[in-house]
Amino acid sequence: MSDLQRDHKLVSGKLVLLALGMFAFGYVVMPPLYRVICDITGLNGRTNSVAAANPEGQAVEDRTVTVEFVSVVNSSAAWTFTPTQRTMEVIPGKTYKAFYTAVNNTGRPAVGKAVPSVAPSSAAKYFNKIECFCFTKQEFEVAATKEMPLIFFVEPDLPRGIDTITLSYTYFDTGETPVDLTDS
Amino acid sequence: MSTAAAGHHEHDHDDHGPAKGWTRWLFTTNHKDIGTLYLWFSLVMFFIGGGMALIIRAELFQPGLQLVDPLFFNSMTTMHALVMIFGVVMPAFVGLANWMIPMMIGGPDMALPRLNNWSFWIMPFAFTLLLSTLFMEGGGPAGGWTLYAPLSLQGPDSFAFVIFAIHFMGISSVMGSINIVATIFNMRAPGMTLMQMPLFVWTWLITAYLLIAVIPVLAGAVTMLLTDRFFGTSFFNAAGGGDPVMYQHIFWFFGHPEVYILILPAFGIISSIIPTFARKPLFGYASMVYATGSIAFLSFIVWAHHMFTVGMPLAGEMFFMFATMMISVPTGVKVFNWIATMWRGSMTFETPMLFAIGFLVMFTIGGLSGLMLAITPADIQYHDTYFVVAHFHYVLVPGAIYSIMAATYYWLPKWTGNMYDEKWGKIHFWVSTVFLNVLFFPMHFVGLAGMPRRIPDYSMQFADWNAVATIGAFGFGFSQLIFVWVVLKCVKGGEKATDEVWEGAEGLEWTVPSPAPYHTFEKPPAQFS
Repeated sequence: MSDLQRDHKLVSGKLVLLALGMFAFGYVVMPPLYRVICDITGLNGRTNSVAAANPEGQAVEDRTVTVEFVSVVNSSAAWTFTPTQRTMEVIPGKTYKAFYTAVNNTGRPAVGKAVPSVAPSSAAKYFNKIECFCFTKQEFEVAATKEMPLIFFVEPDLPRGIDTITLSYTYFDTGETPVDLTDS
Repeated sequence: MSTAAAGHHEHDHDDHGPAKGWTRWLFTTNHKDIGTLYLWFSLVMFFIGGGMALIIRAELFQPGLQLVDPLFFNSMTTMHALVMIFGVVMPAFVGLANWMIPMMIGGPDMALPRLNNWSFWIMPFAFTLLLSTLFMEGGGPAGGWTLYAPLSLQGPDSFAFVIFAIHFMGISSVMGSINIVATIFNMRAPGMTLMQMPLFVWTWLITAYLLIAVIPVLAGAVTMLLTDRFFGTSFFNAAGGGDPVMYQHIFWFFGHPEVYILILPAFGIISSIIPTFARKPLFGYASMVYATGSIAFLSFIVWAHHMFTVGMPLAGEMFFMFATMMISVPTGVKVFNWIATMWRGSMTFETPMLFAIGFLVMFTIGGLSGLMLAITPADIQYHDTYFVVAHFHYVLVPGAIYSIMAATYYWLPKWTGNMYDEKWGKIHFWVSTVFLNVLFFPMHFVGLAGMPRRIPDYSMQFADWNAVATIGAFGFGFSQLIFVWVVLKCVKGGEKATDEVWEGAEGLEWTVPSPAPYHTFEKPPAQFS
C-alpha cells in the first residue's frame, strides 16, 4: 500500500508541476513572447515604438507608395483627433513629415497617448518613424489643441506588391492628469 | 441515484456500505458516489443552461425586441455557453470517468479519493458564484463566453466573480484530471497493459493531459483580465502598451484543446457502445488510440483558426488552415472505424445504440461544416455568423451531449440494477433528434445568408428560419423532460438487470453485479495476470 501511495504522490506531483508550469507559461512567458514575435514580424501592424535611424541606402525613385492616415478615438467622444492630411504619395527611402491634430474636449486637464498600427501588417516592418508623437504622452490643458508631428520613411525594399500603406493611430485618454505626470 | 449496497455492515475496512444520512454525500470519498454527484449536478445545470437557451430562442422567434433587453440577452448567450461547457459537458464526463474508469481497469477506487471529493464540491460553489452575477448590479457577464478584451473589461464589477468562478472550475478540473491520470497509471488490474485498456479510459487519459496543460493557461488569461480590470495593468490595453489581440491568442491556445476536451471522452463512449450492439470487437483499436493522440497533439497548433479575421500574415493563415484540415484525418479514421465495426455486425438498436448512431451521423455533419470554416477565405465570410453557431452546436449537442445520454442509457442498468424503460428511451431519442435538426439545421441557412451571432434583433429576411429554429428549440428542450423521467423511473425500480446487462458487452464493468456494489474490485480481477 505504501508503494502505491508513493506512486500516487509521484504521478500527482509531476502533474501539479505541469499545471503550475502551464500557468506560468500563460501568465509570465506568453505576453513578452508575443510582444517579441510581433516586433520581429510586424504581426498585428506593430511598428517601431522607439525612434528609428535615418534611412540608409538609395531612395527608389521609380515608384511611389500611397500612405493613408487614419485616426480613431478610443471609447468616448471626449477628444477630437484627426490627421491634417488624408494621404501622401511617398518615394521609398525618402523622409516625410505629417501632422495629426488633437483637441482635449474632456473638460479637464488630461493626458493622451496615441498607439499606431500599420495595415497591411506585412508592410509594418518597412514603415519606420524617426520622430513620432506616439513615442511620448501629451499633456493638455482644458480645450487645448495640439498639432503633433510625425517624421517617417518607407524602406526601399518594401515588396513591390504593396502600393498602399495605411497608418492608423488610436488616441487614448490615459486617465492621468498633467499634475500626475510632473510629479512622477 | 441509488447505489445502496446489499446490507448494512460494520464499518470495518474491508466491506462497508455508504454512510447514512445526507452527510454521506458531503463527506463521501467513494468514486461511485462522487460520479453520481457529478452526473446529477450536470443534469441540473443542463436545465439551467437550457432555460437560458430558450430565453435566447424566444427573443429570436421574431425580429425586433420583444421579451428581454439586449444587455440581458447578451448575458444569456454568455452564461448559456459557460454553463453548458463548464457546468454540463465537463462535469458529466468527469462523473462518467469517476463511475466507470475504476471499474473498467479493475481498480478499487480512484487514486486520490479525498481530492476527488474536493474537486466535486468546489463545483456547486463555483456555479453559485457565476450564476449569482446575474442578480448583481449591472448584471452578469455579457461579452460572450470567450470574454474578449477590451469588451469584457467594460462590464460591471460583477466581472470579478465571473473570474473567480472560472478559477474555481479550473482548479476542480485540474484536480479531477490529476486524479484520473494517477488512477489510470497506478490502479490498473495486475497485468493490464495500456493497450488493453478500454477506449473510454484511453480517451480520458489523453483528455486529462489536455486539461492539465490548458486549463492553467485559461487561468492565466482570466487573471490578466482581472488585473487589467481592477489593478491597473495593461496586458490587453493598447493605451498602456498591451494588445487586445494577444488575449485572443492566449484564450484560443486554451480554447481549441478545450474543444477536444469536450469531445474525446465522447469518442471513448461511442467506441464502447457500438461494438456492444454490433456484437463485434471494435475495428482498429490501436488506430483509435493513435488517432486520439494525434487529435490531441494537433489541437495545440490550430488555435488561430478562431481568429482568421484579426489580420494575420498570409503565411500564418495558411499554416492554421492546413493544420486545421489535418485534424480531419485522424477524425476520419475514427468515423471509418466505427462504421467498419458496424459493418456486417448483428446489430440491434436499443436506445444507447440509437444515440451512438445519431452521434455518428450528426457529429459528422458538424465536422463537415467545421472543414468549411477551416478554409480561410470562406471563414472571413462565415466568421461570427449563425453558420458558426450551427457548426459548434452540431458537434456539441448531437456530439458531446448525445454521447453523455448514450452513456447514461448504456450504464444506467449497471448503476441502478434496473433496466430503463426502452420504449420511452427510444421515444426520447426520436423526439430529440427530430427537434434538434429543426433547431440547428436552419442556422446554417441564416448564417450563410449573413445573420450575425450574439444579436438580439435581426433583419426581416431571416425571420422564417429563426421562427422554425425557435420551435425546434422548445421541442428539444421539453423533450429532455422525457430523459429525466426515464432516469428517475429507472432509479426507482423496473425490470432487474443481469450482471452483463447487454448481450454483446465486453469489459470488466460487466463482470460485477448489477447494481454495482458500493465497493468493487477490492481484490483485483485475475484475467490479465
